[in-house]
Amino acid sequence: MPADIFVRRFNNGLVFFLSVAALTAGSILITQYDVVAGFTSIAKAFAWGARNFYPDHHAMARLPEILRKLWQTVLMSIAATTVAAIFAAFMAMLGSRTTRFNALSSILVRGLASVFRNIPLVAWAMILMLAFSQSLVTGYLALFFGSFGFLTRAFIETVDEASLDAVEALRATGAGYFAIIFQAVLPSCLPQMVSWLLFMIDTNIRDATLVGLLTGTGIGFTFDLYYKSFHFHEASLVVIMIVITIIVIEMFSNYVRRIIL
Amino acid sequence: MTQVSQFPGRPLLSGRPLLEVSQLVKRYDAGKPALDGISFSIRKGEFVSVIGPSGAGKSTLLRCINRMIEATSGEVSFEGASVGLLDRKNLKRLRSKIGMIFQHYNLVERLTVIENVLHGRLGAKSTLAGAAGHYSREEKRQATEVIAMLGLSDHLYQRCDRLSGGQKQRVGIARALLQDPRMILCDEPIASLDPNASRNIMEQLKRFSQEMDIALIVNLHQVNVACKYSDRILGVNAGRLVFDGRPEELTPEKISQIYGAESRSLTAELGEQYAS
Repeated sequence: MPADIFVRRFNNGLVFFLSVAALTAGSILITQYDVVAGFTSIAKAFAWGARNFYPDHHAMARLPEILRKLWQTVLMSIAATTVAAIFAAFMAMLGSRTTRFNALSSILVRGLASVFRNIPLVAWAMILMLAFSQSLVTGYLALFFGSFGFLTRAFIETVDEASLDAVEALRATGAGYFAIIFQAVLPSCLPQMVSWLLFMIDTNIRDATLVGLLTGTGIGFTFDLYYKSFHFHEASLVVIMIVITIIVIEMFSNYVRRIIL
Repeated sequence: MTQVSQFPGRPLLSGRPLLEVSQLVKRYDAGKPALDGISFSIRKGEFVSVIGPSGAGKSTLLRCINRMIEATSGEVSFEGASVGLLDRKNLKRLRSKIGMIFQHYNLVERLTVIENVLHGRLGAKSTLAGAAGHYSREEKRQATEVIAMLGLSDHLYQRCDRLSGGQKQRVGIARALLQDPRMILCDEPIASLDPNASRNIMEQLKRFSQEMDIALIVNLHQVNVACKYSDRILGVNAGRLVFDGRPEELTPEKISQIYGAESRSLTAELGEQYAS
């Protein structure tokens, strides 16, 4: 007896909606979260921000120093991401279904990427701090490990999803492994991989700020310093400069994407 | 040898055939084998079509010849050497002598026509030269020449994703020809093409087979096309070879043997072709 597909669709939708509603309500109850206060305090936060959190002329005097730190952070993020991308590209070749040596290499690479990716950035920073103390190297390595895990995974997906019939064709001509990688796989996948790389640079500049808070370096530390010493005007200038930088980088990477894709 | 090739479809009278397949079996899993003891041989420069219903094992058969798929048992020998026994290095050498053409062209779409055609030389290169994509002046000249023969000179530096299906398939043929192959395996070369492009591709294949003495094994869906261009036809059904003969010998009864129940419309199609 074939069940009515429309009734089933409706029922599935209903069940899904009710489950989400129940989860939300349950979470609110258990944590004793006051929804009304939660929303009204947003307005209060903005009001406080408008009174205290804007750059004044004292803050502007600190701009060169802030820019120097920001520049340092941006360069560190780019360095960490690009180096991670090179390692990730290499690992992705071992991990992808189309280019792997065997099933074992694929499982090992995917597992490794998963470990690196699933350890939160902050955890990486704190672990590494034990070894390298509060320094730029700690931030660099934390970003490097996180990016390496994420990019390996993204590159594996890219190579897997690209239609790689050409690999079969090249194998049939007697071409070797490296010829196939460099002549068929990379030319097909490189634009998508560069796109992921740009995304990762965006993300890392944001995250570098957070890591900087912990490692005591870069723009994150500058913000922390001003904020904790109640220099809110300077702190707000730092935030504004970070936002502008990220928007500029995003515009630039969108432009690059348009060209290469 | 030339004397022999005037009688296509006849057993070889002297010398060894280019390709000999004997008792080839391929079993994917516990179920019915995809190839169930197929034997045939191909002479130099011969144009052989393989017809049969979808899933009969045509693609598997083709890929077992250059070991893109490993056969379960049976023997394939090419130019007297047993393909199944070749080590990695010699397998590459064997593949470099056998071109392959695909239904979906299998080009690197983002690369230009000439780059794709030059890929045909990769099998003959060292690891380093292959990875670096280093081609000699002579190879580039040959590529340009082959592209010209296929009427693609205007598209030499065009990216392949801008080409039509027929043009892409001609790039595929050019790539195979640049290997300087003794034989080309064609897996449904015209299945994705319109009738005009199909005719063009089949005529190009026929021409190269004759002019350059290249043996062709062509998997086809269309019986009439197979009859028109082939020296010989192999009929495959459920992994078994049920017909091996010249196109004239392919009677409606034979066709229904090859295609089973779905044969009636095909027989009609064939009738139309003979009537025209």
